[in-house]
Amino acid sequence: MGRRSRLHIPQAPARPGDRPDFSYLETSPAGAVARPNIDATCQEIEPISAALIRVLGDDDSAVGPWNPQLGPEDLRTGLRHMLMTRIFDERMLRMQRQGKISFYLKSTGEEAVSVAQAMALRPSDMLFPSYRNQGLFFARGCNPVELMCQCLSNTGDMCKGRQLPVLYHWKEGNIFTIAGNLAIQAPNAVGWAMAAAIKDEDNIAATWLGDGSTAEADFHNALLFASVYQAPVVINVTNNQWAISTFQAFAGGDRGPFSTRGLGLGVPGLRVDGNDFLAVHGVTQWAAERARTGAGPTLVELVTYRASAHSTSDDPSRYRPDSEWDDWPLGDPIERLKKHLLALGEWSERQHHALQSELEENFKTAWQEALGFGTLTQGPQLSPDSMFDDVFKEMPPHLAKQRQLLRKTES
Amino acid sequence: MNMVQALNSAMDNMLERDPNVVLMGQDIGYFGGVFRCTQGLQGKYGEHRVLDTPIAEGGMVGTAIGMAVNGLRPVVEIQFADYIYPAIDQIVSQLARLRHRSAGSFWAPVTIRAPCGGGIRGGQTHSQSPESLFTHICGIKVVMPSNPYDAKGLLISAIEDDDPVLFLEPKRLYNGPFDGDPDKPAVGWGEHPHGEVPEDHYGLPLGIAKTVTQGDAVTILTYGTMVHVCVAAARALGVSADIIDVCTMAPLDTDTIAKSVQRTGRCVIAHEATRFSGFGAELAATVQEECFWHLNAPIQRVAGWDTPYPHAFEWSYFPGQNRVIAALKVALES
Repeated sequence: MGRRSRLHIPQAPARPGDRPDFSYLETSPAGAVARPNIDATCQEIEPISAALIRVLGDDDSAVGPWNPQLGPEDLRTGLRHMLMTRIFDERMLRMQRQGKISFYLKSTGEEAVSVAQAMALRPSDMLFPSYRNQGLFFARGCNPVELMCQCLSNTGDMCKGRQLPVLYHWKEGNIFTIAGNLAIQAPNAVGWAMAAAIKDEDNIAATWLGDGSTAEADFHNALLFASVYQAPVVINVTNNQWAISTFQAFAGGDRGPFSTRGLGLGVPGLRVDGNDFLAVHGVTQWAAERARTGAGPTLVELVTYRASAHSTSDDPSRYRPDSEWDDWPLGDPIERLKKHLLALGEWSERQHHALQSELEENFKTAWQEALGFGTLTQGPQLSPDSMFDDVFKEMPPHLAKQRQLLRKTES
Repeated sequence: MNMVQALNSAMDNMLERDPNVVLMGQDIGYFGGVFRCTQGLQGKYGEHRVLDTPIAEGGMVGTAIGMAVNGLRPVVEIQFADYIYPAIDQIVSQLARLRHRSAGSFWAPVTIRAPCGGGIRGGQTHSQSPESLFTHICGIKVVMPSNPYDAKGLLISAIEDDDPVLFLEPKRLYNGPFDGDPDKPAVGWGEHPHGEVPEDHYGLPLGIAKTVTQGDAVTILTYGTMVHVCVAAARALGVSADIIDVCTMAPLDTDTIAKSVQRTGRCVIAHEATRFSGFGAELAATVQEECFWHLNAPIQRVAGWDTPYPHAFEWSYFPGQNRVIAALKVALES
């Protein structure tokens, strides 16, 4: 018998009941990875594309060339927005469990990705998020009442009851409408960036998708168009290891890091510790400046861990060990930044508790305000009539007719 | 002008008038397009206004959406409608729904041009008429002209429209009207009244059907290449037909259709696309709802067979005059 091919079936490193095993995760010590010039060629960047860029060391100090040298005020702002994101997520999960909203999806453990990246970009840069980037909204100053109203599909809902909870948008904050379809926003971001270049403006676009979503054609389309036209865009892959129950190896993660996916197209890649607020900020700043100054797109892989279930409809205890998050080698982004601030003498446990209480109190008030706009079942209600608006700019006759029929049959 | 020149003229006018209009697609720039619709436009307006793109339809539409959100007005050419499928997710899940799901915050005025239909010996990969896949999507307009004059006016309106438009071009009509008889020598648009196309900018309203010939014995609802086949068939049969060119399939001009069928009491629907769940089914349902008590005969449908478009048997597949005449006879005799 000659040799024959057999399929390689990727395996998760550990399943329920197993000890968590992150031996597959390749890391580098903080400060160990060189920082190329922002106009370096893809070939020059390639040697570091698979390394893990880290700034926060085990002793809580910030080291190496990727340290963005943020002042304590910025660090405290970052901590505040990450904490806001986490507390908001926890509160909204409880609201879902109490039946107040239909669905929710937390970003626990991934807060540094959205918050540090939003802080490293300009407010006029356009963001094309996925559905686990709520930190972008907090970092850009969106009123949490707006997000709550969206989750409640109430009369204050920016989407007028048309979208599942968490599929927000914020036009004034330059945050694009979030789709449930995976990776679909990535080519949109590239096109937005192309238009900025066509119009000779210096705004850039940034987009986020997950490790699992890199399997979609739109990710490859986005890389291709970004490469061909050298569009001013940063394409971020949040590698949180899990796409519902699909381990990242099913998107090819065990064949090489996602940061290297663009190399064949000449799109440089950087792989960063996604739970290291400073490293994420430094890398994003580098990629943004590169894009803004005409040196082209960057693919950034943010290595993190999805600490919560995929969504309120998911039960991860059926496919991964319960204690994985405790063993995650890159820790908790909030704890790490907090410890750094403590080490700097720019923060205290007392201040931290006070901040936590303040945020919890704020959200309590915000929730009451949001409820004033109604819920799916109580209080002021959106008119079902409104579903016929905005299908087209002007309502065509067949929709006006259907709206009439709805009115007649509901009255 | 022929239809290719008319479309070129429409895009030329729009590129000149509106700095936000950009064209993009495979082979459209330096080369001017495989059907020559964009010939000369890159030379005139530059490589940043007329973009040659990678051969990735999903990427073309996906980036066009982002450009539109950033204030441009992209016109994407899909080289053949048969190759639009990689872009379907972008069209269905983003393009058509942005305005609605963001409650008007975001919208993308993208026009997608795609040559469609058969009669050119293109086999199953260059002959399809996929309009009904797109009329089923809410939030996108679907247009198909049947002559150069309409093509220019409707394309200008499509580009100027703030909603996304799929603009299907019956490629058999690019160089001349076609009555369904492949054995007759080809004729150009020179002699046809709608081959006369002004050089200047003009628009024709979307969502309006046009009466091609007036008659009182039967209504024929059709669009694209089949308009000319139906005109020839009615003439051959010597029947006084009210032939309506639907022009815009979505949103549909129900009034014009209903008024005609209510008057004639008989209706034949003709399209090249496959019959089952084809756009004719929507037309038939509309006529039934609006005109049931006026109908003197069952509605007849003439369409492509429910098979892939065959290469060798093109003229057995194409719903030519004989099939239209047969349907007219049933509609008139029952």
